[in-house]
Amino acid sequence: MENIKVNKVNDYTWEIPKEGGMRVPAVIYASEKLMEKIKQDKTLQQVRNVAHLKGIINHSIALPDAHQGYGFSIGGVAAFDMDEGVISPGGVGFDINCGVRLIRTDFKAEDIMDKREELLNELFKEVPCGVGKGGQLRLDKSELKNVLLNGAKWAVENGYGSADDLMSTEEGGYMASADVSAVSEKAMKRGISQLGTLGSGNHFLEIQKVDKIFDHETARAFGITEEGQVAVMIHSGSRGFGHQVASDYMQKMENEYGFQNLPDRQLINAPIKSELGSNYYKAMSCAVNYAFVNRHMIMHWTREVFKKVIGSSKGMDLVYDVCHNIAKFEKHKVDGEWKEVCVHRKGATRSFGPGRQEIPEKYRSVGQPVLIPGSMGTSSYLMVGTAKAEDISFGSTAHGAGRVESRNEALRKYSGDQVRRDLLKHNILVKASSIKGIAEEAPQVYKDIDEVVRVSHELGIGKMVARLVPLAVMKG
Amino acid sequence: MDEKDFNKNYEFLEHTGDAKFRAYGNTLEERFINAALAMSSIIVDFNEIKPDIQKNIDIEGNDIKQLLYNWLHEILFLLDADGFFLNKVDEIEIIKEKERLYRLKAVIAGDTLKEDYLVYGSVKAATYAEMEIRNDFIQVVVDI
Repeated sequence: MENIKVNKVNDYTWEIPKEGGMRVPAVIYASEKLMEKIKQDKTLQQVRNVAHLKGIINHSIALPDAHQGYGFSIGGVAAFDMDEGVISPGGVGFDINCGVRLIRTDFKAEDIMDKREELLNELFKEVPCGVGKGGQLRLDKSELKNVLLNGAKWAVENGYGSADDLMSTEEGGYMASADVSAVSEKAMKRGISQLGTLGSGNHFLEIQKVDKIFDHETARAFGITEEGQVAVMIHSGSRGFGHQVASDYMQKMENEYGFQNLPDRQLINAPIKSELGSNYYKAMSCAVNYAFVNRHMIMHWTREVFKKVIGSSKGMDLVYDVCHNIAKFEKHKVDGEWKEVCVHRKGATRSFGPGRQEIPEKYRSVGQPVLIPGSMGTSSYLMVGTAKAEDISFGSTAHGAGRVESRNEALRKYSGDQVRRDLLKHNILVKASSIKGIAEEAPQVYKDIDEVVRVSHELGIGKMVARLVPLAVMKG
Repeated sequence: MDEKDFNKNYEFLEHTGDAKFRAYGNTLEERFINAALAMSSIIVDFNEIKPDIQKNIDIEGNDIKQLLYNWLHEILFLLDADGFFLNKVDEIEIIKEKERLYRLKAVIAGDTLKEDYLVYGSVKAATYAEMEIRNDFIQVVVDI
């Protein structure tokens, strides 16, 4: 593997100086320990390649959980000048608005421990993984268009969830930039039956308990009041709809602009204000809305299942819903002046500090809730956004653990049954549609989430509020 | 480098985040078929799928890589849009129609989901990352 020169700036900051065709330096926010892992794949090369793109501002950024992706690394942030810069489907990823939501409850762990099996069984009935078969929503094409245009507002208007849920979703649950005319027939066909399905891979629905509260005041503002409190975390995205949008526009941009001058074919892009660039943004916004509805519906059915099995869903309020794969036009301070830029977050979480208008009013004085899901069987974290993140990472922090072992290796080393038994020893119940999926997602194949979160906290780009541990896990 | 097992139509190589495979075959068409089967093996045991439904595929690409990408995407599209699981490729033909225009026509067979089919997972997309088209194999990384 190519040896890339990296300078250590401080304990948690590394820099690849600007050289050759790079327009800006690349910066990596990681500890020594995480840097060792990051050096083992093509992450550094990829974060450096992104620094070549037109109109990139300040730095190409890799976060503590960065790992090798396609073109862009996963766990990366890049912001572009609105006039000179580009927008890239690869900088968002195939799973547009893959993201996470956290639902608090009034229950304590002991209230649900012996009902876990039943909860999981019912959840599987209501929320299928959706591979090769659709979910329970049957929409016609005109209704799907309403979903794409209105996002989670559509769900609330149709009797699922409440207006409070919208307030607690990034973007208020929908991007107004959505325009269905920018979406292909193929994307519509892939998306029509999959709404309300979890998907496979690393997607999950977990019943968790609050294991430790680090910052009681902020936790209270987010509805987390005590250790042992039950919460539900949902990790899913825009399913085949988003994948098709990404693929459609990569191809269109390739046909229009060619990839010969790019360091990597998957960095294909278009000027932000070009017709293709603007159409991609409109179609991406549709996929963002689709994913908001997807997670919203899964939340709705989860509440229904709690009602049925536990007898109540009272207090099951949405804490927040964050996007992990997205491009957005946001205002940031560039060279001391506020400026609208196009921020790409691929495997990154927005992490705005107190005061930002984008944060729902009820949280505005403390900062935006940041949700970092662990892998199956490990901790997840509730964090809070910071002004520091706005200063050094375009208001972004990490999004999860990031794999360190391949699926192949996992299948060789672990059996699904063994992983399930081991987790049960830690009092974590797992149900998956495929036993192979359990082995592939064994906790050992991921980076140390505690270290990722610690680095974010120490560096100050996202502060720890509470740690959650799984009680019952549903995997697609 | 990984040794080729001559009995294999495809094999998976190490890749941290996702799945990387090589598909073998004496002709480009055979290698395309085996790439489709390799990708399908991530989703389901394709040998168990009955060849009850046939589908015609007709796609284009500016170059062979784009053609391969579109071929794999067509199979993912059919899975999501029609619930179609691939069992085998009955016919396939790859033609260079002119400069910067390749065409692939195929007839594939498979079935929709049945109770006894065991679904392992899904594939989000094929990618150009580390994609290689060679005379002895083609290599693809898919996003899962």
